[in-house]
Amino acid sequence: MSDRRKVRLAIKHEEDFVRLKILGNPGVECVHVIAKELKTALTDLATETIMWDLSELKQMDSALAILIVKDIQRAENSEIEVLLSPMEHDVEKMLNMAKEHAHFDSSFEPDSRGFLEMTGEESLRRFRDLGAFFGFFGQMSIIVMHSFYDFRHLRWKETVFEIYESGIKALPIIVLTMFLIGVVVAYQSASQLKIYGANIFIVDMLGISILRELAPMLTAIIIAGRSGSSYAAQIGVMKITEELDAMRTMGFDPYAFLVLPRMVALMIMMPILIFFADIAGVVGGMLIAKVELGLSPSQFLERFVEVVKVKHFWIGIIKGPFFALLIATIGIYRGLQVKNDTQSIGFNTTKAVVESIFAVIICDAFFSIIFTNLGY
Amino acid sequence: MKKIIEVQNVVTKFGKNLVHDGLNLHVNEGEIYGFLGPSGCGKSTLMREIIMLEKIKSGSIELLGHKIERIRSRAAQKIRMQWGVLFQSNALFTSLTVAENIALSLQEYTKLSAEEIKDIVAFKIDIVGLKQFDGTLYPSEISGGMKKKAALARALVMDPKILFLDEPTSGLDPISAREFDTLILKLRELLNLSVVMVSHDLTSIHNTLDRMAVIDNKTIVAEGTLEEVREMKSPFIERFFNEGLR
Repeated sequence: MSDRRKVRLAIKHEEDFVRLKILGNPGVECVHVIAKELKTALTDLATETIMWDLSELKQMDSALAILIVKDIQRAENSEIEVLLSPMEHDVEKMLNMAKEHAHFDSSFEPDSRGFLEMTGEESLRRFRDLGAFFGFFGQMSIIVMHSFYDFRHLRWKETVFEIYESGIKALPIIVLTMFLIGVVVAYQSASQLKIYGANIFIVDMLGISILRELAPMLTAIIIAGRSGSSYAAQIGVMKITEELDAMRTMGFDPYAFLVLPRMVALMIMMPILIFFADIAGVVGGMLIAKVELGLSPSQFLERFVEVVKVKHFWIGIIKGPFFALLIATIGIYRGLQVKNDTQSIGFNTTKAVVESIFAVIICDAFFSIIFTNLGY
Repeated sequence: MKKIIEVQNVVTKFGKNLVHDGLNLHVNEGEIYGFLGPSGCGKSTLMREIIMLEKIKSGSIELLGHKIERIRSRAAQKIRMQWGVLFQSNALFTSLTVAENIALSLQEYTKLSAEEIKDIVAFKIDIVGLKQFDGTLYPSEISGGMKKKAALARALVMDPKILFLDEPTSGLDPISAREFDTLILKLRELLNLSVVMVSHDLTSIHNTLDRMAVIDNKTIVAEGTLEEVREMKSPFIERFFNEGLR
């Protein structure tokens, strides 16, 4: 380690030459001091001979050696003679090495690209992305067909593990969140309904909105955040560590081993989770109905049976497998899209979550239109 | 000769698993020193302890005059700038190009201008035997041997006093491995490096190491030059050298 305060470049005008002497023992962390002084010195240096005085150095850092070699080259190019003082053996060795190995004309900047080129490349990339997604979907469909044809193809052990991991472990957070949503929605509606004295209608409102829309959507969003991201990250890392390739060479189809169990598990669990979310949401609403509107639970449930038709419940449940399919497909697809660097794991995990939530909302909108037009 | 690393009575335990039971060794300045032993004997662990990635259970490790088991974070940081570490899997940052990987420490720890950093990077790329063009490539675009060299260039960028190498020739073809040995010897000569390496490669051990420690059964069974170590009576040493160097 060098003492930063002592490091200096002494410039001395002597009879026939300018002496550039390095004082102190500059390590790489204070070579910039020398570099700066050298730069200012060179602008007002009018001489035909420079003498580099390295006699005080005991050893030299490669950064400093490169700096000096570069300066010597520059001087010689503008026909200034360069002299070297006698120096320690180690210093000379380093200087010679720098002379031998230095390159001053390399550039490590990526080639800059024009707007048009970037636009074209990006469009092409998007287009290929779409193609890749269809390719993935096709491959997956084949596997699904296979396992319908023969149920032994499905890896039940992995499926059960995924049911526990992505389904059952998600239950507490889904129930808690949905309970709070029920509370919030009921609370906001209660204050409005009170004005008209239409207290009892809170049951209609909550029943239909929670069973039909809120519970399935919220469940899907939580599952997308929880499982969609974990599928993408896990499969992405497996790709980087060549685990997927290993599976292929051992004759295990990654689609059958990794993709199908996750998909089936989510499709089985999603309706069940929505069912529990329904209960939690309604219980939350019921609590507020009692506290805010004085509606007893028995009154609430009596009205519930009367006005909330069972079709609303089924419509909510039916959406489950579709949402599950979207979340699992997008999560796994994004995992498989991971390239050979760590940054693309983060990138693809983010994309998995954002895209699957988006897809779920689009899908929900379609269901809304279809069911309404069918008269449900 | 000055000791730059001194390991005294080091005990390591992972849970109930005793890995090291009182290791003693020292590395002199300017030396190429090797940790040898069967797999799972804790060679890499010892190296990871010296470079402050793992904690020791008891004992002491002195590195460049600092006891690292109770070192302040500033002093630790200062030491970190005086060593270079080459990991077994290279550990290049995959989202940066080779040149960016090498330049990283210079950008963080020095006030050099972009131009000066570029010159230093070009020099280090050349010195490890890569082509200048390779600097623009990403780690995923280069071969295993090139990755090793790039990682070595990154380890060398701050002109370290000590170079730690974890199985530097594993995964290299024999020709590249010998080239790597020559490179290490050359760098030691040029840069006055001390080198500590974990190695299984007999030719590499024979070509490069000045002294070595053989770790087996949780302790050091032999320490010294190759000749001294080969005279020791230990089942591992006999098998390792006799079956390998035929």
